[in-house]
This record gives sequence, C-alpha cells and structure tokens, in this order.
Amino acid sequence: MSYAIGSAGMDQILAELSKKYRIFAPKQGKQYIRYGEVSSVGEIVWQEKSHFSPKEVFYPIVQTLLYFTDTECRESEIKDEREILLFLRACDINGIRRLDQMFLKNGGQADNFYQRMREKVKFVLMECAESFETCFCVSMGSNVAENYDLAVRFPREAGGELAVEVKDPALEPYFAGQKPCAFTPEFIRENKKQVQVPAISSRDLVPEIHALPFWKEFDEKCIGCGGCNTVCITCSCFDTADIVYREGSRDGERRRAWSSCMLTDFTTMAGGHSVRAASGDKMRFKTMHKVYDFQRRFGEENMCVGCGRCDMRCPKDIHFSETIHTLAQEVERLKAEQGSKEGGYANA
Amino acid sequence: MHNITLPSPHKILQVVHETQAEYTFRVQCDAQVDHGQFFVLSIPKIGEAPISVSAQGEGYVEFTIRKVGRLTDGIFGMEQGDTLFMRGPYGNAFPIADFKGKHLVVIAGGTGLAPVRSMLQYFYNNPQDIQSVHLIAGFKDRGCVLFEEDLKRFAQSFHTIYTLDDSQAEGFRTGMVTNFVKEIPFGEFADYHVAIVGPPVMIHFTALECLKQGVPEEKIWVSFERKMSCSVGKCGHCKINETYVCLEGPVFNYVKAKELLD
Repeated sequence: MSYAIGSAGMDQILAELSKKYRIFAPKQGKQYIRYGEVSSVGEIVWQEKSHFSPKEVFYPIVQTLLYFTDTECRESEIKDEREILLFLRACDINGIRRLDQMFLKNGGQADNFYQRMREKVKFVLMECAESFETCFCVSMGSNVAENYDLAVRFPREAGGELAVEVKDPALEPYFAGQKPCAFTPEFIRENKKQVQVPAISSRDLVPEIHALPFWKEFDEKCIGCGGCNTVCITCSCFDTADIVYREGSRDGERRRAWSSCMLTDFTTMAGGHSVRAASGDKMRFKTMHKVYDFQRRFGEENMCVGCGRCDMRCPKDIHFSETIHTLAQEVERLKAEQGSKEGGYANA
Repeated sequence: MHNITLPSPHKILQVVHETQAEYTFRVQCDAQVDHGQFFVLSIPKIGEAPISVSAQGEGYVEFTIRKVGRLTDGIFGMEQGDTLFMRGPYGNAFPIADFKGKHLVVIAGGTGLAPVRSMLQYFYNNPQDIQSVHLIAGFKDRGCVLFEEDLKRFAQSFHTIYTLDDSQAEGFRTGMVTNFVKEIPFGEFADYHVAIVGPPVMIHFTALECLKQGVPEEKIWVSFERKMSCSVGKCGHCKINETYVCLEGPVFNYVKAKELLD
C-alpha cells in the first residue's frame, strides 16, 4: 500500500518506529553530509547526494571484534539490539548487494560481524528527484532497485506531503489510518554523465590492459589517500589490529578498521615485501576490480554502481568515471589491434 | 551464529631456535592438516598473520617463523607452556595424491623450505610412495640455514643440492638456486612434478629456468605468500585479479600462477 503523509504525520510515524528501529539517514554535519541517526523528516538531507555512503551504519569504520585475556578470547556483543531502518538511494541498495556478496558469500562462509548487523537492516528507498552532477548509475545498470521495505518520495514543494510505499507487511501497522495514494517510486533513467563500461571480451586482454601506459598517468597525480575507497558503497577491505589496555598485560581487544587498496601498506607483509608500489598500479588494481574482476568472479554484475562519490571526494580531481571511460576506449583499441593483427597473419 | 574468525587457544609444546632469526614453535593441535596449508596465528596485543605449517604429527603442528615485522617479534617472546591463539588450517595444499608414484623436484629458497618441509618429511618416511625426490634448498648464508637435522637426513634418501647465495661452507655449494636447476635430470623422468617455494622473485626466476629446461608449465607448482587479515576471503588483501590467494591458494599450478598479475 502507498500513502500520502504530511511531514508532521511522518515524524509521528518515525517516533513510533524508533521504539523498534534505529533510523539512519543522510544528515548535514559540520562539513559533510553523512549517515547518522534521525528522528524527524526535517533532518534528512535528500536534496543533495551524501558525501559518505550508508555502509558505515552496519559496517562501522572501526569496530571491536574480540576481547582477549591471557587464555581466553570472546566475541564482542552488539550494544543496541534494535533493528535498523536505513534511508538510501537505489545505487546504494545495489551497492549493498555487492557488499553482501563479499561478506556473506565469498569463500562459502558468512562473516559473522557483518552478518549480525546486516540482518537488522531494512531499506527505505529514497526516490531520486534528479540525477546529480557525478552520478553514472544508469551506465552501471544500478539505477533501479526493487529490494526495499519502504519507498519515499519527499515533498517537491514546501509544506507538501511525502509519498510512502510500504512493501514490508511488518511495517504496515505503522501506517494504519493514513491517506492512501497511488505512489510507486520512479527511477533515474538518464544521467548527465554517461560512461562507457569496458567490454573485456577475453581474459587474454588482461595482461595487455595491465601494460597500458595509461596507468602511469596516475603515478604522479594520485597521492594514495584512499578517500575514494572510504566513500565507496562497494569497497569492503579491512585491516585488523590488536590493542592492550595497559602495558605488561595481555588483556585487550581485536579491532577491525576499513582499509584501502590505494594505501602504501595495503599489501606489505612482515619483512617489508609488497606489491603494486606505484599509484598507477594501485589505480589499475582498483579499476579492474570495480569493472572486471568482481564480475568475473561472481558472474553477475560489475562492482561499481556509479554513485560517483569517489569523484566528489578526490583531492586531486581524479574522476573515476573518466578512468572507466578511458579504459573502455583503450580496451576497444586493443581489440581492434588484435583483430588487425590476426587479420594480418591470416593474409600472410 | 558460527564465527569463522574466532581463534582458539593452543598450548606451545616446544620452541626450537633454528637460527638467530628463525624459531620453530610446536603447538598442541589435533587438526588434520594437508601439506602446504597454513594457520592464522594471533598474539593478543599484536595481531594476526598467516603462517605455513612446517611440520605436523600426532597432536601437534609446527610453525617456523622469521623475526621480521611486529607480529613475529611478539611471538619470539613466547615460551613452552604459553598459550597461542590461532585458527585454521586454511588454503589448499600440494596435490600429494598426484605426486605419488612419480619423481618429485622441490626447489626452496630460505624460509620457503617451511611450507614444503612436512611434505618432504612424508616422502622421507614413506619412500615407497615416490620414485625419487630431488631437493634444491638455497639460503642467504651459513647462519640462515634452517632445519639442519632434516637436511642431513634428507641428504641420505634424496638427491640434494644445498646452496648459499654468495658464500662458502662445507656441505654447501655457492650460487642462487636457479643456477642448479639444469642439474636436475628431467629428461630421465618418466613422469614428475616440480614444487617451487620462496620469495616472489625467486619463484618467478626459478619457474622461468624450469621452463627453459623443458619442464611443461602444468608440472610446476608454486606456493604464494601474501598479506592477509582474515584468510577467509573477506579482507581483500590477498586478491590478485579475480583470485583470492587465501581461498584458491596458496598453492597454484603454474598454468594459473602465471596469470596472477599483481
């Protein structure tokens, strides 16, 4: 069912929901639009794209996994047992499917720490009123999402009503008595930015792609800050580190923190050996993961969902959308060269 | 909910000082371990790292650890009777069933001997299972030589070449392992496999030298070492192309390994 609800009415519903759910949505912080807990419609920033993705709600930037003593080790507990209602856009819903692929399925076993939070999450789709400057979700095929529990259209004019579609029967009672309407969310069908996705038709192209001089452009330009990975809805890599509470004791905890393939020590082992020293090599690794490796491993979709947050974040003005686009053109060039080579041999 | 990254406590049974920088820890463990697999060792307050099993027996596994990096420095203070947290075993193994009844060539550089040591011990104890074993083991210098007792025993049953990179000592030849690959009589073997373990550069050039000597790619097996935070396909550190070393490795046939471009 769908309903038309005024802001004040929606605030009352949120208040009722908050007894069972923690409600997270993009909020205006001092500098950034970032996910946080909300209790009213007015706090939700929907007119602009959030700088950070919603992943930190259920996959925290830093979290304690385990507690240690000399001879024992026990798993951390979740402090708030309430479920989570998460306001997010179609690209992010599709992005979270990629995170689920890694954390719940890769290797055939689920990551406990991810799963126990992820299971609590219900999606509230925020309909996109417009495509923002850096969005390229249509090119990545992630502009439409059907997997949501609620969908919301925010009022287009001041004092207007919200339109809410309720898909999850468990949420229907909260909307009892509201005015029905005929709302289903619409999706962005065209972005200002159109990106050609590399069509890597053969595994044989991969060594040639690795050798492209194009990557060297990033050696100087990229400073390896990892900001792109931090705001990405699909980046999942992490590090773990153990800390002790006081010197001389073994009592302590193991923490997990987001990592980044663009950082210098991402591959450094004990003894100092590492791979992909140059920024260009790291950029190649990241790009190939986002538009080839993930799809090749899991066989369905590319990893990148075209949310474009990395383009907003990069302090050196590197546009990932353009990197993908240029790679696509380089791949076409390689294929044409191979074709003409083969043709040449055939004629000889 | 089962937690796949929760380590369990294990007693340290014995600590052997192999060299100044390399200790072997014998740890109480009943797990069934295949040759070439690894565990993730953790020491509270330091962290976790993947370490190959260097030997195994009734009720124990051994890890030979080099004193480099923060994790391994911390483990060097541990003694017999202390508790070590670990989880595993992880990864695939050398295809021992395929090796049986054929000739086996093992080429190891430095601590690379650790992940093949249990396999070598198996064939030493079960000579009926293998036609012959050729072992080339290279070390930086005399002070870096590992598993001295094993090397002496192996020399009695296997065809062995022990070498030091650029110094001389009794029982050792001088030069990189790649220099000695040509002495392996591949041409005389009806069927055989080659296992190469060591630092990435050593693996790379040794494999090329084997190919030069006419060894087909599919007979070469290598074991990769990569940074890992989880070893269960989640943390992303060991990914190369679409492959996760912790899940599909660490042992790869060269046909696959040559495609893995960092």
